[in-house]
Amino acid sequence: MTVKFLEKIMYHFLRAVTYFIVMVIGYIIFDIVWKGFPTVNWEFLTGFPRSSGAEGGIFPAIVGTFYLVIGTLLFSLPIGIASAIYLSEYARQNKFTQAIRLAIITLAGVPSIVFGLFGLGLFVIFLKLGASIISGSLTLSCMVLPTIIVSSEESLRAVPRSFREASLALGATKWQTIRKNVLPYSLSGMLTGSILGIGRAAGETAPILLTVAAFFLPRLPRSIFDQVMALPYHLYVLATQHPEANKILHMQYGTAFVLLILVLGLSVGAMILRSHFRKKYRW
Amino acid sequence: MVEKKQSNDNLEIKIKVVDLNFYYGNVQSLFNISMDIYARRVTAFIGPSGCGKSTFLRVLDRMNDIIDGTRVEGKVLVDNEDIYQEKTNVVKLRKKVGMVFQKSNPFPKSVFENVAYGPRIHGIRSKQALDEIVNKSLVRAGLWEEVKDRLNDNAMDLSGGQQQRLCIARALAVEPEILLMDEPASALDPKSTTRIEDLIRELQIEYTIIIVTHNMQQAARVSDYTAFFYEGRLIEFGNTKRIFTKPKEERTEEYITGRFG
Repeated sequence: MTVKFLEKIMYHFLRAVTYFIVMVIGYIIFDIVWKGFPTVNWEFLTGFPRSSGAEGGIFPAIVGTFYLVIGTLLFSLPIGIASAIYLSEYARQNKFTQAIRLAIITLAGVPSIVFGLFGLGLFVIFLKLGASIISGSLTLSCMVLPTIIVSSEESLRAVPRSFREASLALGATKWQTIRKNVLPYSLSGMLTGSILGIGRAAGETAPILLTVAAFFLPRLPRSIFDQVMALPYHLYVLATQHPEANKILHMQYGTAFVLLILVLGLSVGAMILRSHFRKKYRW
Repeated sequence: MVEKKQSNDNLEIKIKVVDLNFYYGNVQSLFNISMDIYARRVTAFIGPSGCGKSTFLRVLDRMNDIIDGTRVEGKVLVDNEDIYQEKTNVVKLRKKVGMVFQKSNPFPKSVFENVAYGPRIHGIRSKQALDEIVNKSLVRAGLWEEVKDRLNDNAMDLSGGQQQRLCIARALAVEPEILLMDEPASALDPKSTTRIEDLIRELQIEYTIIIVTHNMQQAARVSDYTAFFYEGRLIEFGNTKRIFTKPKEERTEEYITGRFG
């Protein structure tokens, strides 16, 4: 076997593996679109579920997921960005901050059901917030914080040190420097990373299962202390808890399709945002 | 080029450094430096790489403060006031002592916003006042004619030499009295370098200028006084003409004649 032959084999092997991955993803998307799209119509999107979700629409679940995404954004973005600013701009590099970083990375690896249990213990029971939008949003926030902090810190570090130095040398304070000459350039990166993280959280089932999601609640929430239905949990219920689950496949695929579009929409939105800011600030 | 008056009777000490030692953690990088910097003169710091001249420059506006674990011993008096006291207002100090960096570092904003950045930070809000400052600073930095129609263009679109003059204009906009320049022309082509050197000579009438340079001819051309640093020590300091024609120290002579460095 010549070296050249081996070279060829490796090339084709690696290429085939890559194509295989793309094919798997393509198949999943194709399957969901193919089986889900025909279900989607006006009634499905804006109607309330009937007969335990076998008929009618998924409007309350769409609204619920929407509220949870907004709630998660409101809690996690300020906290995550503030910690990222502290870690990147203020904290000295020592054992303590290393420990903080390690904790953040570890947090990112905690299984989502554990976050769910934590949210149940802390927000639902201990803080007496009950199973509610606020408990669910806080739980999801805890889960996405590591992603937000890490991606925000990265985009802060991407701003050249020389910008900070030039600003300080002009007599700006540290906070003035950060606010006027670091944050504006890193905000797009922060938002992009954060939205991608939250998009993933929007599809999570375990954390909301224990803290907010209603099995079947064919009405809209009345306040942030109300329970809601949510797309991922609704999908789970339709697929496993419904007495005639195998007869309502079209409802399951329809729900999956809407969830997929929602998450993809967030990702695409994040990418558009990033390219918009990239054109505005370059160096 | 502006003619320089070299009479010694109007010499005024702007910065006085007494027994200065500087440490990065446990490593000492400046040793017992004492020297006077004269007002409205150009002082050049020369010496081989790693000799501490840039570190020393950054001591003068406390830019080393932003590096963890640095420590200063001794006194640095600017206008007779020790800048390393507890009560020193670093913001005020850095407004008085401007800095131009080796690599031009304009902000990714418009030309106008770059120059207006400092004044804005220091509380100037009126558009008219800002217009005036931007105009004055760009004129003084010799850039106005080239950019007057491009004030709203991104500063990153300027040429390298223009960017560096923009950084000088940006530093001038906060009305400093002292201008520290860390190899301001080392990344520029010969023509842009000449422009910067001419500019230094013009600015010297109003400002106290300290320039760190690797380029011996440049030090000889633009400065009135020259300080030669070697291994963290100030080896020799004096009138530039004298340093370049009759150096007292052997090390200085070896360096300026190019035998090492």
